[in-house]
Amino acid sequence: MELGKDLVAASATPLVLAIVAEGESYGYAILKRVAELSGGHLQWTDGMLYPVLHRLERQGLVAAKWGTADNGRRRRYYRITKNGQAELTAQRKQWQVVDETLRGIWMKAKLA
Amino acid sequence: MSATPAPLPLEDQVAQWRQFVRRRRTIHSADITELEDHLRTEVGVLTEAGLAGDEAFLVAVKRMGRLDELSREFAREHSERLWKQLVIGDAGSATTTAAARSDAFVALGFAVAAALSMKAPALWGHGFSEQGTFYVRNGSLLILPHLLGYFAWKRGLGVTRTLLLLLPFAAGALFANVYPFGERSNTALLTALHLPIALWLAVGVGYAAAQWFRGSVRMDFVRFSGELFIYFVLLGLGGGVFIMFTVLMFNAIGIDARPLVQNWLLPCGIAGAVLVASWLVEAKQSVVENMAPVLTRVFTPFFTVLMLAFLATMAWTGNPIDVQRNVLIAFDLLLVLVVGLVLYAASARDSSAPPNLFDRLQLLLIVSALLVDALALAAIAGRISEFGFTPNRVAALGENIILLVNLAWSAVVSVRFLAARAPFTAMERWQTAYLPVYSAWAAAVVIAFPPLFSYV
Repeated sequence: MELGKDLVAASATPLVLAIVAEGESYGYAILKRVAELSGGHLQWTDGMLYPVLHRLERQGLVAAKWGTADNGRRRRYYRITKNGQAELTAQRKQWQVVDETLRGIWMKAKLA
Repeated sequence: MSATPAPLPLEDQVAQWRQFVRRRRTIHSADITELEDHLRTEVGVLTEAGLAGDEAFLVAVKRMGRLDELSREFAREHSERLWKQLVIGDAGSATTTAAARSDAFVALGFAVAAALSMKAPALWGHGFSEQGTFYVRNGSLLILPHLLGYFAWKRGLGVTRTLLLLLPFAAGALFANVYPFGERSNTALLTALHLPIALWLAVGVGYAAAQWFRGSVRMDFVRFSGELFIYFVLLGLGGGVFIMFTVLMFNAIGIDARPLVQNWLLPCGIAGAVLVASWLVEAKQSVVENMAPVLTRVFTPFFTVLMLAFLATMAWTGNPIDVQRNVLIAFDLLLVLVVGLVLYAASARDSSAPPNLFDRLQLLLIVSALLVDALALAAIAGRISEFGFTPNRVAALGENIILLVNLAWSAVVSVRFLAARAPFTAMERWQTAYLPVYSAWAAAVVIAFPPLFSYV
C-alpha cells in the first residue's frame, strides 16, 4: 500500500520530531526508523528527508551539529529542541483529533 | 553499517556524483556532504547485504531520489539560494570562505587607503571643495593605484610587475601637475577627462595579470568595467541618500553638516566606492547575472528606432543639423553609446550561436549611427575653420574619428558574420583589440595637448 503524497508530507513533521525526540539521530538512521515503524509502508525518497530536516532546523524545532561518525566521516546530527517538544505535543493532539474523528465515522460505517 | 573497505571505483563514482550534484545551485556543499554520508552509509549496508559495489551504488543513488526533485525541494526550503547570494557567506567550503573573507578585508583595506589618499592633498592645502582643477586632474591618480594594488594582491602580480604598472601613474602625475595650467584652463579639463581613460589600461593589464594579450581576458575586463560602473552608480545613489540624511538630521539640531559632507564624505566616499564596487564585482562574479548586457539588450532596439526616426525626420523635413559649438561632443557621446551597446552585447553573446534577429538589429543600429555621424561631420566640416581649432574641438574630432573607425569596421565584421562568412569571435577580437586605441588617444591628449595649445 502506498500512501498519498499529501499524507506523507503532512505526517513528516510529527514523525521526524517524534524520532529525534527519542534521542539524537542522523538522516540515514531516521529513515531506517521510519521504515521500521511503518513496517515499510511509509516510503520516502531518501533525499527528501534532508529538506524536511533543514526546515525543522530553520523553524527552531530541531538543532543540528556536525559530528564524526564511527567510520570517521563527517555527519550531521539532529536533536529536538524545547520548541520542538512543544510542537510535537501540539501535533500529537491534532493527529489524535483526526484519528478519533476518522475512527468514529468508520466505526459507524462498520455498524451500519 | 561499519565501513566496508570501499573499492576505488566507488570513490570515483561518489566523486562524480558530488560533481554532478554540485551543479545544482540550490544544493550547497554542506548539504552535499550530508547527502554523501547518507549515500555511503546506504552503499555500506547494501554491500553487507551482498550487493556488488557498483550495484549498491546504483541502488543508493536511486533511493536518494531524482536530482531535479531534490534540488527543487532544497530550493523550496532555501528560497534565498535562488536569489544567488551577493556576498559570499556560508556557501562553499571552509577554505573558499576563508579566502572570500580575506579578499573582503584586503578590498576594504584598499578602500580605506584610497579614501585617505583622497584627503592627503589637504596636507598641502588642497581642499576638495576648492576652486581650480587640482582634484579633477588628480582624482584618478589618487584612486586607481589602489585598485591596481588590489588586483596586484589578488592576482599575485609580484613586486616588479606591480611597480612597472605603477609607472603610467607616475607619468600621469607628472603630466597632470608640471604643466603650468592657467585658471579655468580647457586643456586642464581635457587632462582630467582623459587621464582616467589612459590609466584604465594600466588597471586592465593588472586585472588580466599576465594574460592581457588574450582576447577573452580583455573581454573579462570589459565585463568587469561595465559591472563596476553599474555598481558604482548604485552605491552613488545610496551615498546620495546617506548624505541627504546627514545634512537634514544635523540641520534639525542647528548644525551645518555641509562642510563635513564636502570635505570628507564626498571625496572619501567616491574613492571608497570605486574599490568596494570592484570588490563586489569580483566577489559576485558568476554568481549574479551581469547587468550591463541586460541593459544593452533592452536599449539596443530603442536606440535603433531613435536613429532611424532621426534620419527619417531629417530626410522628410530637410532640416539641417544646427551646428552649435558643442554639437561635436554630443555626437561623440552618441557614438560612445553605440560602441558601448555593441561591446556589451558582444561580451554576453554565446559566440557559437548562429546569427539571430538581435544581430541584424545591431547591424542596423551601427549603420544608422554611422549615417547620423557622417551627416554631423559633414555639417561641422564646413564650419570648423570658422570656429577655430580649440583644444576641445580637436580632442572631440579625434575621438569621433576613433569611434567612427571602430563602428565602420564593426559593421563590416557584422555583415560578414550575418553572411556566415566569419565567426562571431571576429567581432570579439576586433572589439578587444581596439581597446588600447582609446587609452592611447587619451594618453596623447594628456601628454601633447597642453603644450600644443599653450595651456589655455
